[in-house]
Amino acid sequence: MQGSSLLQMHHIEKRFPGVLALNGVDFELRKGEIHALMGENGAGKSTLIKVLTGVYQKDGGEIVVDGESVSIRSPQDAQNKGISTVYQEITLCPNLTVAENMFIGRESGAWIRQKQYEKRADELLGRLKIPARGGQQLGSCSLAVQQMVAIARAVDMKCKVLILDEPTSSLDDNEVNMLFELMRSLKKQGVGIIFVTHFLEQVYAVSDRITVLRNGELVGEYLTEELPQVELVAKMIGKELDELSSLKEVDEKKTKEQAVLYEAKGLSSTEALPFDFKIRKGEVNGFTGLLGSGRSESVRAIFGADKVTGGEVRMKGQSAKISRPIDAMKAGIGYLAEDRKRDGIIAELSVRENIILALQVLNGFFKPISRSESEAFADEYIKVLNIKTASRETPVGSLSGGNQQKVILARWLLTHPDYLILDEPTRGIDVGTKLEIQKLVLKLAEEGVSVTFISSEVEEMLRTCSRLIVMRDRHIVGELKGDELNQEQVMRTIAGGDAKNGQ
Amino acid sequence: MDNKSKKVFGLNLGQLTIPIIAICLLVIFNLIRDPGFFAIEITHNNDGNAVLAGNLISIINAASELAILAIGMTLVTAACGGQDISVGAAAAIAGSTFVKILKTPETINGWTVLLAFLCACIVAMIFGSFNGTLVAVFKIQPMIATLILYTCGRSIAYWINGGATPTVESPIIKAIGSNIPGMPIPTPVLIVIGVAILFKLLFHFTSLELFTQSVGINGSAARLNGINSTFIKLLSFIILGVCVAFSGCIGVSRLGLINHETLLLDVEMDTILAVAIGGNSLGGGKFKISGSIIGAYVIQMLTITLYAMKVSSTDVKAYKAIVIVLLVVIGSPVIKAKFAKLMSRVKMNQTRVSTKGAE
Amino acid sequence: MKKKNDFRREPLTDTQLLMTITICIFVAMYLMAMILLGGGFLHAQQVFDMLNDNASLIIVSCGLTIVMIGGGIDISVGAVTSLVVMSCVLYLNAGGNIFVSVLIALGIGLAFGLVHGFLISYLEIQPFIVTLAGMFFARGMTTILSVNPQKAEHEGFKALRDVKIEIPWLGYTAKNGNLIPARMELGVVVAIACLILIFILLQFLRLGRNFYAMGGNQQSALMLGINVKKTRFMSYVISGLLSGISGYVFLMHTGAGNATNAAGMEMNAIASSIIGGTLLTGGVGNVIGTFFGTLTLTTIKKIVVSSGLNQPWWQSITTGGMLCFFILLQSVVLGRRAKKKKA
Repeated sequence: MQGSSLLQMHHIEKRFPGVLALNGVDFELRKGEIHALMGENGAGKSTLIKVLTGVYQKDGGEIVVDGESVSIRSPQDAQNKGISTVYQEITLCPNLTVAENMFIGRESGAWIRQKQYEKRADELLGRLKIPARGGQQLGSCSLAVQQMVAIARAVDMKCKVLILDEPTSSLDDNEVNMLFELMRSLKKQGVGIIFVTHFLEQVYAVSDRITVLRNGELVGEYLTEELPQVELVAKMIGKELDELSSLKEVDEKKTKEQAVLYEAKGLSSTEALPFDFKIRKGEVNGFTGLLGSGRSESVRAIFGADKVTGGEVRMKGQSAKISRPIDAMKAGIGYLAEDRKRDGIIAELSVRENIILALQVLNGFFKPISRSESEAFADEYIKVLNIKTASRETPVGSLSGGNQQKVILARWLLTHPDYLILDEPTRGIDVGTKLEIQKLVLKLAEEGVSVTFISSEVEEMLRTCSRLIVMRDRHIVGELKGDELNQEQVMRTIAGGDAKNGQ
Repeated sequence: MDNKSKKVFGLNLGQLTIPIIAICLLVIFNLIRDPGFFAIEITHNNDGNAVLAGNLISIINAASELAILAIGMTLVTAACGGQDISVGAAAAIAGSTFVKILKTPETINGWTVLLAFLCACIVAMIFGSFNGTLVAVFKIQPMIATLILYTCGRSIAYWINGGATPTVESPIIKAIGSNIPGMPIPTPVLIVIGVAILFKLLFHFTSLELFTQSVGINGSAARLNGINSTFIKLLSFIILGVCVAFSGCIGVSRLGLINHETLLLDVEMDTILAVAIGGNSLGGGKFKISGSIIGAYVIQMLTITLYAMKVSSTDVKAYKAIVIVLLVVIGSPVIKAKFAKLMSRVKMNQTRVSTKGAE
Repeated sequence: MKKKNDFRREPLTDTQLLMTITICIFVAMYLMAMILLGGGFLHAQQVFDMLNDNASLIIVSCGLTIVMIGGGIDISVGAVTSLVVMSCVLYLNAGGNIFVSVLIALGIGLAFGLVHGFLISYLEIQPFIVTLAGMFFARGMTTILSVNPQKAEHEGFKALRDVKIEIPWLGYTAKNGNLIPARMELGVVVAIACLILIFILLQFLRLGRNFYAMGGNQQSALMLGINVKKTRFMSYVISGLLSGISGYVFLMHTGAGNATNAAGMEMNAIASSIIGGTLLTGGVGNVIGTFFGTLTLTTIKKIVVSSGLNQPWWQSITTGGMLCFFILLQSVVLGRRAKKKKA
């Protein structure tokens, strides 16, 4: 089934001002294989993909498709050569219909054949079991369906090479399985698939081969079955692994005696159903559950990020009214949002301005922080959190994902919160920084800060949290602590059925 | 590469590069054409006061309204990512209010002028908050939202004056429009300096700059950091309203009459142009007020230069357009990138030549 | 049968929804005027007058709609129209040929479109600034050509100008018993032809759909393999060309060139497009809506005059109010839609 070489990239080089993003990287894709491309953020995965799809022009090296050396000038050019890409962000037009999105940009002739497109689209969508209709406006579909439509488009283009760049981050388990089935059937037809993802389990579930990049260089190419998960992680971060597991020293003994810091009864927002919740001083707890289970919506309600519709809140034993972010901030709550680009960084402003932003808001409109003071703050936190930036005046948008996340952390730490909510602080950032953030969370807890920690990776939550709240279908279905904190128990509670209720 | 292209003669001017180059070019051009172009002399006006005169003075004087409007427009642009095209119409309304109040009492003294100005300010702020509400609360694009007032603003001004174009005659108004007795510098220029200082203080004593930029760059993140972006956007329109009142009243005082059709005609286009020439992105976000002010003077200097070259006032627009296109083409990202590439190639050739020479 | 089913199943797209609202409001408004004000509104000639007076506005609005669907803006259309009028008058009065004068009109429009398109799409300069410069240039050139009004004296052109299409069965009988047929100018035919062509372009041609894609999400359009630069370039070229046509139609209507011709036309055209359901953010809109948008704008002015509000300010104040109403309505309708989808 797996056969001859389909695509080869030799000694690819790509330079950006001041950075060598790709340094002589080799990559090979064979017919009918699913090839996972792995690496931390900043390892050069996306750059490699963008070179392959013609978004960037390579500065050196050679690309060979089907034995022929080619140069790829634009995404269109890549498509014509049989290389299709489905990106993490939806790259379709929400104002067009599903059918139009599937056929636009690749029809010939001046006229469009709407009817024919819709018919073909309906057939294909039916075959791939995608719940959408050709004549529907794409913007009226859910994000997951939009993602599937993008894949359907690529499938219909009879591509030889299909690149899936983080396709699963907005899909739930069911949809992921559907996607995997689709990938396997494409593989049988001889399509080579490049699969980029942060989810290790998914790599092992579906891929045949793994190529690992680190710091813009090739680490190696491995058969999936011959590379244990632990070793893969080690190769990605270039660190020994014992450090990863050494964190597990969470102590619940102290927190039990501490006073309750925050308590909510029947709290609800436009996005979250009513729930009860409390956290003690210096405690680290976690909200877990599948995507869409309501975990993010619940913590957003605590912070007042969505419109709060009801419930009682007590902060340090006193009744508090938190309906807007500013109320929460004044009460001593900090919130690191799930979507860093959309809700976190102010990309064009400097690292310094990003760091002081929340404190400035708290100080008020009429008490600006002086320049020298803000410089001192910025320098302090750049040092403490080891933020890698050219200077404190560098626009934060030009930093790597992990460092951007640290800047936002610095922003909240500067306000000296009593209670810090971190929603997916480690998503999409490199393993090394993940570890630093986990350590930081535990250190904060030791200093008496309460932390709510959300992560898609259960393992990570088990390492940091002393109490886990499990959600399913927008309801809290369990609370795990102590001995119950193990992977199996968490999974069972999330999945429901015969799960033992931890309460 | 990027940093290099921003450095001019060893100075890092950032976004001010283009407006400063433009001013330099205009000055050099004028000096070549007529070495005495910028000569400043002291003459006596009709009232016998000693006043400064000359092309430079008329440039700085005539750009006053534009400079003040450009300040406000920069804030609106930064916060909302769009422009207010109703400033001319709103200035006509403010001017009409100003005149209406001035005409009410028998005599005009300092207090009536102040009262009239405050009323004009309040009216302009009300119309500003109308625009601001549409933009900030109803999330309508600024250009569309302000199109409403653009369409009917001048008619409202006409209605305020009851279908007339009344004149005001008073030494105080004359002093505001031209010169205060004993002060050789034209009053509008002094007002611009005053407004500029006011804004400097505003930025120093509030976090307006940081908050406006945050809202303009990433509204969602700004909200989650506790910034009330609706308020900031509304505020930017209200501040623009104050600027509009200043400009409208200066415009009225210059002529001593209010003409709803011609007062600050087409000023909205010039204002937006000033903001853009100042290197500010019309898509919002980071801004520099100084850029916009320089931009306003660039536009006025261009106009006066053309007048000096005997171009009639109606034809000026055509030449202005050519200069604008030249300026924006030089500032275009594509041209910049091409130029940078060319420079690096030249440099490479030079080093090659020099190494060859060394051999 | 199946067709009907399909229709019921698919909800309206944003474009269709906004267009439907506009048409409904226009029809309702016109019916109200017929019932409450009667008079001229009862004659078909009223509609023809509106078309005769606004043929050129309809044409430039079509161009602007295309540009706005693509996510851009062109504020030079009125000034280009004015420049075309002046150039053609001077050429005709100098003893020129009618056919050549049409070519001049098209040529000027095309030239503006080409330059705008090149500067905006290939040099990536903000469309507002580029077309603002275009507007200044066209206005300046118009006054350079002639500050004084120029009346067309060309015999052949006068004959062409006076061609009226008479439709007797839509006419009415005057008090003295004579039948006065409904009269339509040649310009209206041109405008309707442009409207149909642009409609076909937007609905059935690849280029037209690429405009929507580009306005919907530029980055996506690029990724979907659309040549965004070329598409954007074309949108401005078409808009420029239509401004040229509009200029000639304007001249056929007025028969004279004046430096202040078509003053403020760009804003009227933008207003027409908006009322017709085009969003300045791009990706949503249709020329049929724009056509009704123009008619709505004109009707409101006629209604103001007929209801006896004679002071000069009422027309534009009601127009402003009307615009405000439509803008708010669209904002509310689309806002509710977005909320519904989320839930």
